[in-house]
Amino acid sequence: MKVLVAVKRVVDFNVKVRVKADNSGVDLANVKMALNPFCEIAVEEAVRLKEKGVATEIVVVCIGPSVAQEQLRTALALGADRGILVETNDDLSSLAVAKLLSAVTDREQPSLVILGKQAIDSDSNQTGQMLAALSGYGQGTFASKVEVSDDKVDVTREVDGGAQTVSLKLPAIVTTDLRLNEPRYASLPNIMKAKKKPLDVLTPDALGVSTSSTIKTIKVEAPLTRSAGIKVKSVAELVEKLKNEAKVI
Amino acid sequence: MTILVIAEHDNKTLGATTLNTVSAAAKLGADIHILVAGKDAITVIEAAGKIAGVAKVMVADNAAYAHQLPENVASLVASLVLQQYAIYSHVLAPATSNGKNILPRVAALLDVDQISEIISVESVDTFKRPIYAGNAIATVQSSASVKVITVRTTAFDPAPAEGGLAVFEPVATTYDAGKSSFVSEELAKSDRQELTAAKIVVSGGRGMQNGDNFKHLYTLADKMGAAVGASRAAVDAGYVPNDMQVGQTGKIVAPQLYIAVGISGAIQHLAGMKDSKVIVAINKDEEAPIFQVADYGLVADLFEAVPELEALV
Repeated sequence: MKVLVAVKRVVDFNVKVRVKADNSGVDLANVKMALNPFCEIAVEEAVRLKEKGVATEIVVVCIGPSVAQEQLRTALALGADRGILVETNDDLSSLAVAKLLSAVTDREQPSLVILGKQAIDSDSNQTGQMLAALSGYGQGTFASKVEVSDDKVDVTREVDGGAQTVSLKLPAIVTTDLRLNEPRYASLPNIMKAKKKPLDVLTPDALGVSTSSTIKTIKVEAPLTRSAGIKVKSVAELVEKLKNEAKVI
Repeated sequence: MTILVIAEHDNKTLGATTLNTVSAAAKLGADIHILVAGKDAITVIEAAGKIAGVAKVMVADNAAYAHQLPENVASLVASLVLQQYAIYSHVLAPATSNGKNILPRVAALLDVDQISEIISVESVDTFKRPIYAGNAIATVQSSASVKVITVRTTAFDPAPAEGGLAVFEPVATTYDAGKSSFVSEELAKSDRQELTAAKIVVSGGRGMQNGDNFKHLYTLADKMGAAVGASRAAVDAGYVPNDMQVGQTGKIVAPQLYIAVGISGAIQHLAGMKDSKVIVAINKDEEAPIFQVADYGLVADLFEAVPELEALV
């Protein structure tokens, strides 16, 4: 079966971002970019499905600027077979991204689509669920375990109270949580091989998708910062402060 | 203009996060309806009707909604909005795992964008929400015909659970997409307070060294009436289950007192707890970033400090 994996190019998770002085957004000039961590887990899960003989082809798709080809090459080095970049320089809403992915899904007809549960830049946690709605598929979000058998996939999900397992008819959408797997590192030979793997570039226009949004960002501000308090010397002093100064116990 | 709030529940108890969501809805200044989609959720329906400020409880009772399967519940919510298009201007749900699972599906069915995890209501169409793990706060404005929004519940005080005089309206139509089914669930059983509702949270990190050592935190928490959380490092290492994770992609907490034990303080963890009123950090590494946000820092071996703390509180 064919597996489609959607990935996003984001600021590296180790970078502490700064808000621009004019409050128009976050300063991304000369900042290290990377594959979104949850997307890396999605690629890894697809590769494991292929290694188990469940998946036969892994297509990885990214919506983003031309330089996002770097992240597609990373995914190809991890084991995906073929890449698709839907090229746009616009900062798209989750719904617009889901519409583009839905158009790609229509073209590719995968049995399973795996996405990260959220991107660590916009922190929206929407795209997978929206893609599921648009394509009319079932959804297994926040997955910690994925088991494909015949025409269904059982997904164990991380939920507020613990774990829940649902069974979905294929084709279906899965979004990954942190504990689904631990992604491998790409080996040098695989990085070299990835450079030769096919990578198609499409545009939203070619897919016939309007990417307009009903949401406008008015300003972006730095959060109120907490300043460091004091160091106490002993547990006794800590308890005294909590009781008499902070009055929280 | 009427607001539809999706109730968080397990068919027995109304989730406390529903009250915070109603409070966010109240700031929009319009009638509030609550949808209880479930199976035999009588006590939940009654509780929803008593929340101050709620005008109507929409009751969808069907086995298809028993486990909050999004394929079914999202279709139900979308149909309520479409059939009563002139009424519902906003759909709100708490940013719980159910809310996050269901609401984007609703938004896509309605062909509108969703606004995730709002922390303030600026006006009927303008909201603030954290991005980049809370390292920036975006003010966003929506021109959508229906605003679909999840609410970061720690940012809103709970609405009073009593005092409401809502009317009840059954929803007859049933949506069973037949694409998904519930198999099983393993829910952590604990007598301790729920993490997101507790006034005091004691959290452990990699410094706890193993799962067994969390017993020190449980004992302390029980004495203080606190909930117990953990950093991602502690969950990834298998010390404790995932439902205890506090952070950017785990639970967001904002208790009166947060005690971080053996937690270094990665930005992803801070994103989940930095709105706590008072933060205490106990760590033997005096360079740990957690001390930069702690009101009270104690550089000490946690295995000595935690039992001592337990004895003194």
